[in-house]
Amino acid sequence: MTAAIAWRELRQILASPLAWIVMALAQGAAAWWFLLLVEQYRTHYEPLVVRVNSPMGVNDLVLQPFFGSALLIGMLLLGMALMAMRLVADERRTGSLQLLYAAPVAMHQIAAGKYLAALAFLTLLLLPWVLMPLTLHGATVLDFARLGTAFLALFLLAAVFAGIALFASTLSIQPGLAAAVAVAVALLLLGLNSGVDAIAGRDDPLADYLALLSHYQPLVQGMVSSMDIAYFLLLTVGFFGFAVHRLEILRLQA
Amino acid sequence: MARELLLEATALGRRFGARHAVSDVTLTARAGDVVGLLGLNGAGKTTTLRMVCGTLAPSEGAVKLCGVDLLERPLEAKRHLGYLPEIPPLYVDTSVREYLDYAAMLRRVSRRRRRPMVEHALERSGLSDVGGRMIRNLSKGYRQRVGIAQAIVHDPELIILDEPTAGLDPQQVQEIRALIRSLKQDRAVVFSSHILGEVQALCDRVVILHEGRQVYEGHPEGGGAGVGSGYRLCFRSPPALALLSQLPGLEVVERIPSGYRVVVHLDSALDALIARSVEEGWGLQELTPERPTLEQVFLELTVGREAAA
Repeated sequence: MTAAIAWRELRQILASPLAWIVMALAQGAAAWWFLLLVEQYRTHYEPLVVRVNSPMGVNDLVLQPFFGSALLIGMLLLGMALMAMRLVADERRTGSLQLLYAAPVAMHQIAAGKYLAALAFLTLLLLPWVLMPLTLHGATVLDFARLGTAFLALFLLAAVFAGIALFASTLSIQPGLAAAVAVAVALLLLGLNSGVDAIAGRDDPLADYLALLSHYQPLVQGMVSSMDIAYFLLLTVGFFGFAVHRLEILRLQA
Repeated sequence: MARELLLEATALGRRFGARHAVSDVTLTARAGDVVGLLGLNGAGKTTTLRMVCGTLAPSEGAVKLCGVDLLERPLEAKRHLGYLPEIPPLYVDTSVREYLDYAAMLRRVSRRRRRPMVEHALERSGLSDVGGRMIRNLSKGYRQRVGIAQAIVHDPELIILDEPTAGLDPQQVQEIRALIRSLKQDRAVVFSSHILGEVQALCDRVVILHEGRQVYEGHPEGGGAGVGSGYRLCFRSPPALALLSQLPGLEVVERIPSGYRVVVHLDSALDALIARSVEEGWGLQELTPERPTLEQVFLELTVGREAAA
């Protein structure tokens, strides 16, 4: 049941031109940024690395800044905003949510179906970013383990973003508002520590722990810690739970 | 043998904040019944139907679909239900056939049985020609039919239709009425409407809602239900209005050729009338009880007595 709902939802998402425009934009921006980093490495870093005999290479000077960049996260935010507009808000607006509510389907199945569709879309969005560095494979030695952890980092970020999108989408019948709420929540989580640290004037360990970026960056750098993974999973489950709860409330109140 | 009770909603109530949108509504339907829910706009029809279908939780009362409690075992109860909401719940970016297949899947129809059931629903709803078209490109009438098709695609015992003919042209209205008539064998159909003629044409039973309360339940031809009993009187030589008005318990409503239409408030009034007629030689020729039509009942209960008169 969940799989069928997810499949229909994903097909619906991919049927809209907006999804493809977002994917094209995201891919275009990422490709441009990647090329820029490669070019910078070739003209600037490579001679430097050779001269000082540094152990650093493409993996440190191209891949890490590529995956750690705000641009990719921004593009992921864009995809998430699109999902927030669609998932529940749109169905409430057109009235088609009633079909699901009147059917013998549990609320968590509806939520899971929609969540998986959003996650699948965001994964489709980020997959080319992970595949792009493979073009360097013939020319240099790639650290596949680090590429793997970068993919894991992006995927876990997408998992949290899909949860935020689903939850935000249940909050408002206006797609625009749902998207705005999703982006606001995600930005708050991403940059929580920098804001708190700036106000406090020192490093705040709690804010550091709660912020998304402080768990994302180590993964991109190739450091896999079960704490970081648990953090992402906890957030995902939390937002999913909120969304199920909101769907129940919508049925009780609307 | 009593026909199976498919819908049993008792003492349903729904509050939105301090406002009682619906209170104390009881709705039942047996196999073979077509029940009409009649009321002015805003009377609480949609709220009532949504509570019956489990898309809105009631503040009080209980709902049983085919004997299964909707609030305790919602998933099991909803299997017996086909529901067309006020706005058809369509995915406009899919084809009609694909949409119905999805609707059948949601109602747990097995993959093997889905295809023939979808084709059957298409045929019944007169959609066979447009099965491959995108819903986005269909006219309002066809969209409404797709909405009905999704409610019947899994062959449910109980079909609930919220204003199924709203906004359609007269020919489409006729087609949908014929469809509702054809659906009622072995099933119960409950539908809401604010059009009297429609309810009279289709229903075996009518429930009238007004301001969230159930004010009438009965036969669509009207009669009974707290409305004073009216009679039509004809005389060979009709008495003066003043004479007739003197009789206790008798109220003259209207003068008609060679007689009057009256309302009798006391049982003894008719005896007195007949005795007086014999005594005075009025020559009473006709005394016909007039059952109020549904229209009179409806107007009297909703708008007020003056408007009905």
